[in-house]
This record gives sequence, C-alpha cells and structure tokens, in this order.
Amino acid sequence: MPGSIATSIILNGDPYPLGSDTPLTALLERLNMRRGRVAVEINREIVPKANYDATVVRVGDHVEIINFVGGG
Amino acid sequence: MQDTPFELGGLKFKSRLIVGTGKYRDFAETKAAVEESGAEIVTVAVRRVNITDRGKENLLDYVDPRRYQILPNTAGCFTAEEAIRTCRLAREVGVGDLVKLEVIGDKQTLFPDVAATLEAARVLVKEGFKVMPYVTDDPVTCLRLQELGCVAVMPLAAPIGSGLGIRNPFNLAIIIEQAKVPVIVDAGVGTASDAAEAMELGCDGVLMNTAIAGARDPIAMARAMKLAVEAGRLAYRAGRIERRLYATASSPLTGLIG
Repeated sequence: MPGSIATSIILNGDPYPLGSDTPLTALLERLNMRRGRVAVEINREIVPKANYDATVVRVGDHVEIINFVGGG
Repeated sequence: MQDTPFELGGLKFKSRLIVGTGKYRDFAETKAAVEESGAEIVTVAVRRVNITDRGKENLLDYVDPRRYQILPNTAGCFTAEEAIRTCRLAREVGVGDLVKLEVIGDKQTLFPDVAATLEAARVLVKEGFKVMPYVTDDPVTCLRLQELGCVAVMPLAAPIGSGLGIRNPFNLAIIIEQAKVPVIVDAGVGTASDAAEAMELGCDGVLMNTAIAGARDPIAMARAMKLAVEAGRLAYRAGRIERRLYATASSPLTGLIG
C-alpha cells in the first residue's frame, strides 16, 4: 500500500505509521519509552541524548531504538 | 588479610564476581540472583526495544544502574562493525564506557573471531571505551589486546554455556603471568569449584551467567559462586603448598610411644 508507506518510518526494521516531521520526544512518549532506558539511531547516526528535544523524525527515516535486556 | 581492590579502567570494586542477566525466569529472579551473588558488575545485552508490547518492564528497573556497574555486551555480533555499532548505542543509554566486547566467529562453538575482536578493540579503545574483550585462551592474543589498551582480558575457560570448567589451566597460567591488566575468566564455568579454581590460578575475576541462571536453584548457586570466588581468591593470596609425589607426615616423627 503506497499510501501507508508514504506516512511511515522504518522502526526497528518494520514499517511504522507516523505523521510527517514528528519530534523524537513525541515518538518516544507514544512508545512509552523513557530516555534514560534507550538509545536511538536515525539513518545509522546515533542521536545524542542532548539532541533529543531538537530532533525531528521524518517520513522514510530508518529509526532504531535499543534497550538493555538480559544477557551474559 | 586485606585484599587490594579489583580495579577495572579506573573503577574499583570489592567483588570479583561478574554476573550475567540472561536465561532467568523473570526479572524478579534476575534481581534476587544478582543480589545474592554480591556482584557489583552486571552484564546486559543490547537489543531492539519491543514495539508491540509497550507495557513491558525494563531490566534496569530491577538491576539499578545507580547501584550496579552495568556492563553491556556485544553478544550476537559476528563482525567488528556490528560490535562497534552496538557499543556506541550502549554507551548512549548512559551507563558509562565499560563494554564487554565479543565478536563471535562460529555459531556452534561461539568461539570468538580473534581478528575481528582485535579490529573492534582497536577502534573502541580510540573512541574512549573501556574494553573488556571475550577471547580464546590464547596468550598471544591476550597480549595483543592488552597492548591495544583494553582494560582487561577475558579468556574463556570453555565454550559459553557449556559448564565444562577450566579446560586449559596452563594457558590461563601463562596469560595471568604475562598480563598487566586484570584477567577475568569469561565463559565455561559450571559449578563453584570451577570458579574457585580460576581464582586459585590467579585470575582477577570470573564472569558467568548460565552456571547461575541454569542451576536448579539459581539463588543458592549465586551464593555458592560468591563464596567460591572469595575462597579461591583467599587461597591464591594465602599461597598453596607445593605438590609432592610422596607423603610428608603431619604429626611429629619423634616421641612415639614405645
């Protein structure tokens, strides 16, 4: 469906519907994620925590959000 | 007998046991086992957040980063590039510069890709990471990693999760003798005696996950490992007796009755 692609980003490898030019902080809020628990990459570039407020996610962006899970 | 602190990249610790957080039933069990182990350094893995299950709790809500030194690993990475990317992301979460570098070379044995590990270590050290590499029990590779500026070397005792114990104590002894940075046995420990043996050989620490998480009673095993690491360390510092082929009597040979 081209319509849905046009208004989505690729979030952790899958299409995710998102309005154009959404602040990163709004996306994190929508996902119920605290900034102290995650790290974010947009188009392979790490977004430093200090830049979260000024960062906007654009249609077609590849966004990776990671956190810590159990591991050895 | 007062021990010197366990120092890693300028950070000081009392406990010489580092524990993982994988394979537990739930976060509550993870928390209880970590507490019982007395560990101050706790390894975690770096993964994509779960988008569909947003209510999911976070590991750091159970293993408090203000109380524990979090040690992110690069488990699952098969190239230097992936491992470097993972470390950069992990640091951005905000738990410090300490990373456990592992670049896996083979899915079945989970042995490290030594060339890729060296390559990743070189880049990460330059970027200011305090790198703790998981590596084969190869003295030359451990020397190279030390020369690159890694804050510790972490030779495996046996394959990850195998519980086979220390398969090559002689290589470990050479690594320990040559090392100017802490030597931490990482992987292969099966039970408390393995952890004690590593410490008796002179290792500075032991890192384990499956041996505790996979035990029938993980909380009890966590305590066993704490005691084993302490006992092994104390025995090492106390200095064991020489091995002899023949007996030497413990009781006086004079004054025997009649």
